[in-house]
Amino acid sequence: MSTKTLAYILKRIGLALLTVWVVITITFFVMHAVPGGPFLREKAVSETAQAALEAKYGLDKPLIVQYGTYLKDIITKFDFGPSIKHRGQTVTGMIRDGLKTSVSIGLIAAFSALFIGVPLGAVAAINRNKIVDRIIMVFTTLFVSLPSFIMGSLFLYLFSQQLKWLPANGDKWTGYIMPIITLALYPLSYITRLTRSSMLDVFGQDYIRTAKAKGVSKGNIIFGHAMKNSLIPVITYFGPMLAYIVTGSLVVEKIFGIPGIGSKFVTSITDRDYTLIMGTTIVLAMLIVIMNLIGDLLYKVVDPRISFD
Amino acid sequence: MDIKKNPLSMHINVDSFLPASDEDKAYMVKMRPSSTFFKDGVKRLLKNKVAVVSFFIIVIITLSSIILPFFWPYGYEQQLGNKFPYPVDNSYSNLKPFEYGETEKARMEAGEKVFPHIFGTDAQGRDYFIRVVYGTRISLAVGFFASIIVLIIGMLIGSISGYFGGVIDLVLMRIVDVIYSLPDMLMVILLAAVLNVTLGDAIDKSFLKGIGGNIISLFIVFALLYWVSMARLVRGQILSLREQEYVLASKAAGAKGGWIIRKHLIPNCVSVIFISTALQIPSAIFTESYLSFLGLGVNAPMPSLGSLANDALNGIQSYFYRLLIPAVVVSLIVLSLNLFGDGLRDAFDPKLND
Repeated sequence: MSTKTLAYILKRIGLALLTVWVVITITFFVMHAVPGGPFLREKAVSETAQAALEAKYGLDKPLIVQYGTYLKDIITKFDFGPSIKHRGQTVTGMIRDGLKTSVSIGLIAAFSALFIGVPLGAVAAINRNKIVDRIIMVFTTLFVSLPSFIMGSLFLYLFSQQLKWLPANGDKWTGYIMPIITLALYPLSYITRLTRSSMLDVFGQDYIRTAKAKGVSKGNIIFGHAMKNSLIPVITYFGPMLAYIVTGSLVVEKIFGIPGIGSKFVTSITDRDYTLIMGTTIVLAMLIVIMNLIGDLLYKVVDPRISFD
Repeated sequence: MDIKKNPLSMHINVDSFLPASDEDKAYMVKMRPSSTFFKDGVKRLLKNKVAVVSFFIIVIITLSSIILPFFWPYGYEQQLGNKFPYPVDNSYSNLKPFEYGETEKARMEAGEKVFPHIFGTDAQGRDYFIRVVYGTRISLAVGFFASIIVLIIGMLIGSISGYFGGVIDLVLMRIVDVIYSLPDMLMVILLAAVLNVTLGDAIDKSFLKGIGGNIISLFIVFALLYWVSMARLVRGQILSLREQEYVLASKAAGAKGGWIIRKHLIPNCVSVIFISTALQIPSAIFTESYLSFLGLGVNAPMPSLGSLANDALNGIQSYFYRLLIPAVVVSLIVLSLNLFGDGLRDAFDPKLND
C-alpha cells in the first residue's frame, strides 16, 4: 500500500469520526434546546421530586458538563444512559434488542437487492430495447418512484388482508417476508438500472470491440470483460443503499409492527423519550457513516483508475 | 460593364466577378431562422413524449389543486355532521364514495341538489376528496418552496466558494463535506421533531401562523441540510467556467467579482442548476410525505398526502381506497416530476448531446 492510499484511508476515517462527533453534538444540543427539558411535566411533579430526578440524571449540572459526560460514556462504555419513559431499562440495552432484528432484515434485503438487481440489470443491458428490457425498465421505474411507505401498505393490504398468504406482523419468520421485500424493492430497482446503464456504457468501449474483433465468445465478453467494470458504479451505491435501508426500516417496521430499532426510533419520538431518541439517532447515524466509509474505501480499492486525493 | 474581351485572350472573364445582385444573394441564403439554445432545448423536449405527458400530468394536478378548493362546497376541515346549531350527526362519518349523510338524504328527497362526496368522508365526517386536493396542494407547495430555498442557499454559497477559492473555499467545502456525510433523513426527522416543539409557539404568534409550525420547520430543515449538493454542483461549474477566456477578458476590462458571477458564470451554468432544482422537487415531496407518514409532517387538521396515507393505515381493512388515493397521487406526482426532470436533462444538458 502506497503512502498515498494510506493517507486517503486515514483522511476518510477521520472524516467519518468527525461526522459521528458532529451527529452526537447536534443531537445532544438540539435535544436540550427543547423547552422544559427532557422531563415534560405531564403530571405535576413536586419541586423536590423534580430536583431529585434532575440530580439523578445529572441535569442539574451545567450543559457543557452534561455534554462531556454524555460523550465520555459513549466513547468509553457505549452507554447512552437510562431510558426516560421505560423505567429500569437502559437505552443501550433497548437498542441492542432492536438492532438484532433490524440488522438481519436489512442485510437480507441488501443482499437480495444486490444478487437479484445485478443479474437483472445485465439481462436488460444484453437485451437492450427488446421486450425483456422494456418490461424490466417499466417495473424498475415504477418501484423507484413508489415511496416505501406506500409499497409497504399496499403489500400489507394485498398479501395479508386480501389474499391472507402472509401474516401482518413479524412474529413468525413468514412475517419477515413482506418487510424484506418492501425494503429491498427500491435498492433492487436502482441497482438494476445502474447495472444496465453502466453495462451499456462498457459495451461501447474500445476494448470490447477489440475483444469482439478477436473472436472472443459472447459469454466471455459479458462475464470476462464487461461485468467487472460495470460493477464499479454498483459498488459506489453500497453506502447510499444501506443508508436507504436504515431509514426505510423506520417506515417498514412501523407498518409491519416489527420490534426493531426503526420502530423504537419512531415510537421514541412520539413518546418524547429523549434519551432513547438521542441513542437511536446516534447509533443509526454511526451505522450509516460506517457503511458509507466501507463503500467509499471499497470503491477506491476496486477501481485502480481512481486516484487517491 | 462593357469591356470588350478578345475571344482568344487568356484573360479571365470579368463578368463572373461582378458584385452579386440581391436576387443572387437571396438564392444563396438558407431559409432557416436562427435558433437559440433555449429554442433547441424546447424542441428536443417536445419530441420526448414521456416528458410531455408527464408535464401535462403535473400541470393538471397542480392547477386542480389550486383551483378546485375555490368552488368546492366543502372545506378540508369542515366536519359535515357537526354543524353548529344542530346536534352531532354521526351518519356523516366514514361514508363510502357517493354516499350521503342523513340530512343530505332528506334534502335530496325534498328535491334539492346535493354535491356528491366523490371519495366519501373520513372518520370525522370530512369530505375526503377535498382533503386529498388540499393534501396535494400542500405536498406540491412544500416540494416547490423547499427546492427554491435549496437553490438560493446552494447557489449563493457555491458561487462564493467557487469564485473566490482559497481559504473561503476550503472552509466552506469542509462544512459541506461534513453536512454531506451526515445521515440526512435521521437529521431531518430529529430536527423536524424538535423544531416543531421548540418553534411551534413562536410561529403561532407570528405572521407565519397560517402556514403552520411543522411546515416552517420542514423548510428550515431543508434549508439547513439539502443545500450542500447544490453548492457542490454550482462550485464545480464555476471552477470550470472561471478558467474560460471570456472571464479573463472581462477581468482585464476591469469587471468586479460580483458582476462576473452574475453576468458570466451564473448564466452559463443555469441549465444544469435548473435541471437539478427540477429534480429536487420530487425528492422534497418524497421527504415531506415520508415525514408526514411518520407523524412528523404538517399540523393536524391540515392534510398532506403522507399524513392522509398514515391516517388511512388504521382503517386499511374496510377503507382501503383511502390509502390508495393519496398513494396514487403522490406516486403520480413523484413519477411524472422525475420523468419530466429526466427529459429536461436530456434536452438541455449540452454535454449529453455530442
